[in-house]
Amino acid sequence: MSHTGSSQNVQENTDFTRYPDERGHFGIYGGRYVAETLMPALLELNEAYRTHVRNPGFQKELYGMLKDFAGRPTALYFAERLTRKTGGGAIYLKREDLVHTGAHKINNTLGQALLARHMGKTKVIAETGAGQHGVATATAAAFFGMECKIFMGTEDIRRQAPNVNRMELLGAEVVPVESGTGTLKDAMNEAMRYWVSAVRDTFYVIGSVAGPHPYPAMVRDFQKVIGEETRDQAVNEIGRLPDHLVACVGGGSNAMGLFYPFINDPAIAMTGAEAAGTGIESGKHAATLGAGSLGVLHGSKSYLLQDQYGQISEAHSISAGLDYPGVGPEHSMFKDLGRVNYVSITDDQAMAAFYELCRTEGIIPALESAHALAAAIDIAANAPPDRVIVVNLSGRGDKDLGIVAEYASGSEDG
Amino acid sequence: MTRIEQSFARLTDKGEKALVGFVTAGDPDMETSLSIVSAMCENGMDILELGVPFSDPTADGPVIQRSSARALKAGMNLGRVLEMTRQIRQSSDVPIVLFSYYNPIMAYGIDAFYKDSVAAGADGVLVVDLPPEESDELTGAWAGGDFSLIRLVAPTTPEDRMQMIAGGASGFLYMVSMTGVTGSGGLDFTQIGEYVDKLKNSADVPVCVGFGISTPADVAAVSGIADGVVIGSAFERTIEENEGSADLPAIIGKQTAAYKEATRG
Repeated sequence: MSHTGSSQNVQENTDFTRYPDERGHFGIYGGRYVAETLMPALLELNEAYRTHVRNPGFQKELYGMLKDFAGRPTALYFAERLTRKTGGGAIYLKREDLVHTGAHKINNTLGQALLARHMGKTKVIAETGAGQHGVATATAAAFFGMECKIFMGTEDIRRQAPNVNRMELLGAEVVPVESGTGTLKDAMNEAMRYWVSAVRDTFYVIGSVAGPHPYPAMVRDFQKVIGEETRDQAVNEIGRLPDHLVACVGGGSNAMGLFYPFINDPAIAMTGAEAAGTGIESGKHAATLGAGSLGVLHGSKSYLLQDQYGQISEAHSISAGLDYPGVGPEHSMFKDLGRVNYVSITDDQAMAAFYELCRTEGIIPALESAHALAAAIDIAANAPPDRVIVVNLSGRGDKDLGIVAEYASGSEDG
Repeated sequence: MTRIEQSFARLTDKGEKALVGFVTAGDPDMETSLSIVSAMCENGMDILELGVPFSDPTADGPVIQRSSARALKAGMNLGRVLEMTRQIRQSSDVPIVLFSYYNPIMAYGIDAFYKDSVAAGADGVLVVDLPPEESDELTGAWAGGDFSLIRLVAPTTPEDRMQMIAGGASGFLYMVSMTGVTGSGGLDFTQIGEYVDKLKNSADVPVCVGFGISTPADVAAVSGIADGVVIGSAFERTIEENEGSADLPAIIGKQTAAYKEATRG
């Protein structure tokens, strides 16, 4: 595991919850960098987000759906056997894999689809990499009876075939995207391109804390239920708050969901695990915060993987959900301020953690979550037994079994 | 008077509308691209929009996306686009507007971009993903002068926002003819006319209309309602269909002449 760039220079009194500002800036990051055609739609969305989402009636409706339809709260589970085997700190899993559709993505898509309905939009579109956000969007669209199109790269369609079937069963149209490497970045390009044409009646459900304002803040607010529950459960079940939170970061929504409700507790350490692919030095990775630089992609300013001319580089990870050259702007700010420590985990390290959880706990994690687990195992191994480490187990691994089989047979080319 | 202003003044005198031609710089390679631009200039193009290729052109359709990919493969980058600008300027007075996404400009460095663009002989820039709300960083580096920041207005833009954008415009305003990416089809000229009229009430600069315009008949129709017509994907389609042909510059030249004829009312 390589530690990347956290300077731990947070001022004691920094209020991290005062971001973003009214134009969507997290320090120098965030904002709205889109074609003029989309600006009015984003301004309208921001207005709707501010009026509806803060409304107690909206929150009541959403939390009712999260409880009865999505299956919240999810368990905070003490991974006793994994802890014993690792030695050191106590590892707890926030079980987002147990929620409906098998990943944290449903929290956000139910929120955005409910907002779309309040705005009178009848159609939704989304991009997807691993397919979990696509499945969650298709599910929310079916729940509300909305027309749904999911843009997905052809390489991801190949890697994540079961999720393609699920989306189609749920009534969504899966639109294959062949440009680039046929992965998440290309799917997002195509979704934005389609949205420019259909902006009047179509709501774009973005799946991460990325994209133009208000998406990073809005997705964070729909995901923070993860951290809010973790707080309550830690106090009730362990008798105190955790010492260390760990989550994987592609775009960064599950990490933001876990971290955000603790962000102003300076004593609580936070680690975000990015995908180092076959190693940062190999150039085949998705470690945006670890090896990226400042730029603008998909509507916001953030760290990016790019060349010296500002052309976006292809990301690589064994996990389709982390295979993204950008990252949410709020994470970029947390990196600079040293509030979160971002580390990078290779494909091999993630696979080792994947097998470890399967065999010690009987839980098959998503490969995204396996990156967080690998970081957490390393942290726990070097911590005293009374240290409480919570890992966000962001999704379940059924969708990844094809990749795991390829990896096991050595045919995965890395 | 800037080169862009001179161009519109000359056209007004002649009773013509401006033909604004877009090509991606370096598509399919720098040498051919220079010959293409040269053929366009010789056949009546009034303003050149020179596209800076970008890996992720989300506001553009597949035709321009592919043109960007070809140019990148041929080794283009913003520095080379400026070199191409300098070469065009040696033989032509046509106003040159650089058309870019923001990221290549950020990577180049804003101060250096402004200085080098002016030195190369460019007359302005249109940054497709930089709305007025985010453009302070870019314009903050400019000490005014003759380099224009061309603004976009879309059919989705409400009237008060239209006024805000028009108020800060320089060079000309680029009015997007439809909600869609470049190269989409289906134009409603009545509606475009209404948008242009509204815009002209708030704007002190000429209004050019682009997106989805591909035939001389389209050009004639738009020339009846706006100060200029922007053609992009239609040129890029020709480049794509005739890649490798020695006649490519001549074919583009002929296409340019047909469009120019249609701007003469």
